[in-house]
Amino acid sequence: MAVALDPAAGAAAAIDAPHITIRGLAKRFGEAVVYDRFDLDLARGKFTSVFGPNGCGKSTLINMIAGLVPPDAGEILFGGKHLAETKIGYVFQNYREALFPWLRSIDNIEYPLKLAQLAKADRRAKVERLVAQLGVKIDLSRYPYELSGGQQQLVSIMRALVVEPEVLFLDEPFSALDYEMTLFMRDQLQAVFDETRTTTILVSHDLEEAVYLADRVLLLSRRPARVADLVAVDLPRPRDAHALSDPDFVRIKGHCLEVFQREVRKA
Amino acid sequence: MKRNVLLPIYGVVGLIAVWYLAVWVRLVDPVLLPPPEKAFAALVKGMAGGKLGQDFLRTVERTLYATAIAGVIAIPLGLVLGANERLYRSVEFVIDFFRSTPASAMFPLFLVIFGVGDKTKVLVAAFGAALVILFNVAYGVMNARKTRLLAAKVMGASRLRVLTDVMLLESLPQTFVGLRNGVSLALVIVVVAEMFIGSIDGLGHRVFEAQQLFDMPDMYAAIFAAGALGYGLNLAFLLVEKRFVHWAGR
Repeated sequence: MAVALDPAAGAAAAIDAPHITIRGLAKRFGEAVVYDRFDLDLARGKFTSVFGPNGCGKSTLINMIAGLVPPDAGEILFGGKHLAETKIGYVFQNYREALFPWLRSIDNIEYPLKLAQLAKADRRAKVERLVAQLGVKIDLSRYPYELSGGQQQLVSIMRALVVEPEVLFLDEPFSALDYEMTLFMRDQLQAVFDETRTTTILVSHDLEEAVYLADRVLLLSRRPARVADLVAVDLPRPRDAHALSDPDFVRIKGHCLEVFQREVRKA
Repeated sequence: MKRNVLLPIYGVVGLIAVWYLAVWVRLVDPVLLPPPEKAFAALVKGMAGGKLGQDFLRTVERTLYATAIAGVIAIPLGLVLGANERLYRSVEFVIDFFRSTPASAMFPLFLVIFGVGDKTKVLVAAFGAALVILFNVAYGVMNARKTRLLAAKVMGASRLRVLTDVMLLESLPQTFVGLRNGVSLALVIVVVAEMFIGSIDGLGHRVFEAQQLFDMPDMYAAIFAAGALGYGLNLAFLLVEKRFVHWAGR
């Protein structure tokens, strides 16, 4: 079990093939320096969870990578390519505001394909393939507001996946759901990742969730954010509820918590 | 539930009762206030093939024309202004100023420009309605959910696509608020215009003429017809809104 107990940052990343390379990233909001000369490599085909103190800039990081927030300086490349040449999918925390309520669920999922000017038949075929792949049992002819919260977020995830993205971003996707639905959705997401092995970046405020889903846990420091640690989670997949009590899981989670608390206290 | 359906009727019954009472105790000169049945008889007679029916249709026509012209100009303009908040802020004062100016104060100006006729009535009403619609559409766009705009952007939508696919629809609920207020205002202006400037038809003309002829049942009939029209237009827009903006607030 390769657990990076060495607090030196980047221990796990050294052996990964990088997909996203971030160099010299800088971002400030008014007086607050959120990122300054920030470097990071994110592994190809891995599930990376981002965890850190409140307000350290977890969401800002993935929003800069996804092009939603412009960085002040620095370069972000996807296997050497720029964002414009890269297909990405993004899942927002607030699914109610991220989906288009005037479109039926299926038309929501097809929307990015429509932007890519795919013909109607091709769009339908892609959605049907995705539905079969994920084993989704939602009536997609319904409007989002006719679905439960979890179902709506599943529709958002499908909308992000339907373009077969090279990178999938999720910004606290389950924090608006109740616990039962959260557990269910974690396993749905895990199944999606097992199926597609898409490079995935998840921002989470729940350490258990961050470790449970991830191959790598990126622990950030307080502002200005640095990589406090990049921890490998090489537990076998698929993981289920038993994985939560697995000694390795408990040890990794304990280590992450230790790093986190050390960073919080530094304030 | 059943009681809820009946509740509005109590008010109507109450109003008619008060009216009868006022007539019965001679609170008002009977020439000025005829009994309700006389006014309703005039209403039914006028609407069923009488002159009142024709005047009613003329007012409907002018109001709808005015609202349509206002909508065609104000909705695209409101979208563009709302999408460029700096641009909107720079013209906001002008819009608010003319929105606050009673449109009836513009009659003489429009009369000079467009002459005495239908055109002036419709255009003054359109002017008033357009500003109300413009203001609402622009605010609808400016208050569009940021997450929804970001979602479209991250999926690769161009600025134009964001405008047509997201902002336009996001602003629809507010646009309908504007249309309902606009049509109400247009009706007010049209009826006023029909009273004064060289009019030969319309509900305003009917009310005014009945008053001049001291035909009180006819005058009340025309007033009720105008009220029913205003209520009906608002209701019609509400029904269209429910149909097209079924998702509002969900």
